[in-house]
Amino acid sequence: MTEATPPPLTLAVEHVSVRFGGLTALNDVSFSIAANEIVGLIGPNGAGKTTAFNVVCGFLAPSSGTVRFPALGRENLKPAQLAKAGVARTLQGVGLFDHLSVIENVMAGAQSRPGGGFFTSLLGLPISSRREHLVRDEALAMLDRLGIARFAKALPGSIPYGIAKKVAVARALMGQPRLMMLDEPASGLDENELSDFASLISGLKDTMSVLLVEHNMDFVMPLVDRLVVLNFGQVIASGPPSVISHDEAVLAAYLGVEQ
Amino acid sequence: MGSFLTSRFITYLLGGISSGVVIALVALSLVIIWKSTHVLNFAQGAMGMFAAFVGMNLVFKGTNYWLCVLLSLAVGLALGGVTERVLIRPLYGKPEINPIVVMVGFLGVIESAIPSIWHSNLLPVPTPFSQVYYQNNGHTILISPFVIFQVVLALGIMGGVALLFQYTNLGLKMRAAALAPEVSRLLGVRVNRLLTLGWILSSGVGAMAGVIVSSGQSLAATNMDGIFVSAFIAAAVGGLESPIGAITGGLLIGVTESFILGYWSSNMAPLAGVIVLVISLAIRPQGIFTRNITRRV
Repeated sequence: MTEATPPPLTLAVEHVSVRFGGLTALNDVSFSIAANEIVGLIGPNGAGKTTAFNVVCGFLAPSSGTVRFPALGRENLKPAQLAKAGVARTLQGVGLFDHLSVIENVMAGAQSRPGGGFFTSLLGLPISSRREHLVRDEALAMLDRLGIARFAKALPGSIPYGIAKKVAVARALMGQPRLMMLDEPASGLDENELSDFASLISGLKDTMSVLLVEHNMDFVMPLVDRLVVLNFGQVIASGPPSVISHDEAVLAAYLGVEQ
Repeated sequence: MGSFLTSRFITYLLGGISSGVVIALVALSLVIIWKSTHVLNFAQGAMGMFAAFVGMNLVFKGTNYWLCVLLSLAVGLALGGVTERVLIRPLYGKPEINPIVVMVGFLGVIESAIPSIWHSNLLPVPTPFSQVYYQNNGHTILISPFVIFQVVLALGIMGGVALLFQYTNLGLKMRAAALAPEVSRLLGVRVNRLLTLGWILSSGVGAMAGVIVSSGQSLAATNMDGIFVSAFIAAAVGGLESPIGAITGGLLIGVTESFILGYWSSNMAPLAGVIVLVISLAIRPQGIFTRNITRRV
């Protein structure tokens, strides 16, 4: 009898610790994400979720440990290398470029694609012009897919928050990522927008893995395949939502009950 | 039509536009640097003059004028890149006063270096087009083939920069990198390279302003000092962030200066910048073309 081959890993965080002076923000944290899996990174305030996210993105260098991207054979990437490596990230809030229109914001997400080089752009060569048109058409199609094409020419400051969040996702998707990292995607959304966003994220699973940090448990639980729970910089539990929701260590961390 | 073109109003207007485009070019170069790296480059005028000196001095030795312009442009582009990499890059993340102090010092260095490198030459730099004003029925119209060349060249450069920023992927990346460097890095934009490019582009524009100012005049290290002051005001009038605001500010100052010269007194001409600045601050303190960013929730 042959064992089933496990799905390939998109991301493997291995024994990562981060120390700021005498403070340990992450302590020997390990978790992984398989292809086409949605993983939620949760934990009480100050648990180390954003630090973990920032380490994966290369904003913070780990004091020890490794962040591997097994499919690429790369590790400990810098922020500017992520997009080319197939990793996209949205930020807390929306992080859109305020002075660029919605369509320009989305087009900016295609920077990891080939073409659009310095000299071709500077000289206005036909190859550059063709690329501009192609990217613009793709950006419009992306906005259309998310149902927000009518806001293409608007500035981010003039559109509702929920729409701006979708624009941030559209921009991230333009990089055709294999791993999408969503930082608090549900924050600031109303009930209708939450359900809309949950469908959007579920749909991403067909073509990529998703890692999300989120506080809203009602949003996360039905959405993810697996949860990784952090508390005081350590992984205290990992598994499917149905198991985690009954985990005593997790309940204690959230409810403040001593074990 | 002839009397209209030779009327005092139109004469002063045309004169103002021809000097205003140079102010606008320098103002544009200041805005490009401000937008890309949030540095006020007080050596912008001197850097442009240095580039102009390298090229325009060769005109006296019989080198083709256009080759000299290309050489000045190349020197200007290179000077911008080197300045960013050597003087400015180590100062990113430091207090905003640091690059200001460094660039004021650099201004002094350039203006001292020019006379020690090149001997003074009081002869005006020969121009590729006639500087003789057109006549209409015995009346002088303050336009010459060379003035037309100056205005067309300046407008061409402004148009090229506008097209680059607005309609190319490179321009989009430059705007994105200037607005939010960290977000841009996440999207795969090589931000540091674009910061250097901003300085290269700006210094190239400044060099062309230096060439325009120097052609038809004797070369002096301080040729751009007065223009730089007006350009700085023009950039401020535009809100520092807006290329079109800087260009409009430059033209407004040039035209106002020309009207003051014509209708009032040459002693009062330096007031032009102050008048435009005070009026624009009273009407629109955030800059004449700066968009208000509001957040809807």
